[in-house]
Amino acid sequence: MNSASVVEMRDAVVVYGDFPALAGVNLSVVGGEILLLQGANGAGKSTILRACAGLVPIVRGTAEVLGTNMRLDRKSVRHRVGLLGHSNGLFSDLTVRQNVTFWAQLVGAGENEINDALERMGIAGRLADERVGELSAGQKRRCSLANLVIRRAELWLLDEPHAGLDGRGRDELDAILRQAVTVGATVMIASHEIERSRNLATRTVLVSGGRIKEVS
Amino acid sequence: MSLGTTLRVARVVATKDLRIEMRSRVVTNQVLPFAGLVLIMFAFALDDDALLERVAGGLVWLATLFSLFIIVQRSFGIETADGALDSIRVAGVDPAGIFLGKTLALVFQLLILEIMLVGGAVVFYRVQVEPASLVLLVTCLLLATFGLAFVGALFGGFAAGIRGRETLLPLLLLPAIAPVLIGATKATEAAFGIGGMVTSEGWPWVGLLAVFAAVFGVGGLSAFGPLIEE
Repeated sequence: MNSASVVEMRDAVVVYGDFPALAGVNLSVVGGEILLLQGANGAGKSTILRACAGLVPIVRGTAEVLGTNMRLDRKSVRHRVGLLGHSNGLFSDLTVRQNVTFWAQLVGAGENEINDALERMGIAGRLADERVGELSAGQKRRCSLANLVIRRAELWLLDEPHAGLDGRGRDELDAILRQAVTVGATVMIASHEIERSRNLATRTVLVSGGRIKEVS
Repeated sequence: MSLGTTLRVARVVATKDLRIEMRSRVVTNQVLPFAGLVLIMFAFALDDDALLERVAGGLVWLATLFSLFIIVQRSFGIETADGALDSIRVAGVDPAGIFLGKTLALVFQLLILEIMLVGGAVVFYRVQVEPASLVLLVTCLLLATFGLAFVGALFGGFAAGIRGRETLLPLLLLPAIAPVLIGATKATEAAFGIGGMVTSEGWPWVGLLAVFAAVFGVGGLSAFGPLIEE
């Protein structure tokens, strides 16, 4: 496990209009962790992920992600971070392989890496030639995770990753995330499915009112 | 971002868009028949051969503009349907490359549409294109297409993240592309030899199309990133 700091937030504040979505977050995440952010809807879990991806500006406090000061530069870190929200970011008219190849070509990855990503996510073989629009929710999710692998994302930010998956799909996803950590990724999950995600996480933090309330 | 990166992203995005069109055939099976129907409906509405021949250039470009709305909606609809544009944006992909790639895919689709429409005008409106006017017509088609595609990609990207984009996009596009409608119509009329116009009268309008394409090309390359970011 890589114990270098991946995310370091100190009194980080994010505002949407006048509303403080994050009201002084203190959070440290080290390499190789699977961190669970739990909390009610509107607590600030998704905003923490979006701030780590550089999608929302931090207006007060400090934040470093993968060594980048997010107050000074929130764009250069993006190619090292993968954010998977409620949608999968896939093209339904293309096959699984064509979707992964699209990302591979964007980042300059080769055929071996494409095959490796498909293998790791269990979507190689016949499934790779299926149109994404014809896949199950779990298979689509695995395809979008393959895109994170092909992008060589070092920090995986997953917002409610188990949503819409059946029991088997959830087990497969957990296995994929555990495996991702063994090959160097760090994972942050926002979820209110506590029991499911707690079994997966190496650490859990409770988010409430835009602040970290408890760490366990 | 380097020029090499921008061009690579553009190639990948354009290839992806055209591959999706090859599989879904939305432009082939829906937009082309729509444009053809518009051309025929104009003929029914005006019902005067001499008048149709006189306004053929304008009708071709009006049918192109109507179809442009659908093609641009479709081009960005495939990006927003499952949050792909967000994923691309979040991944820090060069926005100039995305803009260029979307533009190139639009250019390819629009050119096919325009060739069909000019053919339709020859058949339905009985216009004639003399060999000497072909260079003017082809240059006009290319420059007008690039102008339309640049504007379409720019405003399509801007509207992609906005609720009500289906109705907003034509409102944004129509005033912006008015110079293309005017310039392309005049140049096409000169190429068709309508109203005694000669080929040389079309070239100043082609100049306008070139300036328009250059302005929106350069503007789009620099503005597309901030537009999709917001």
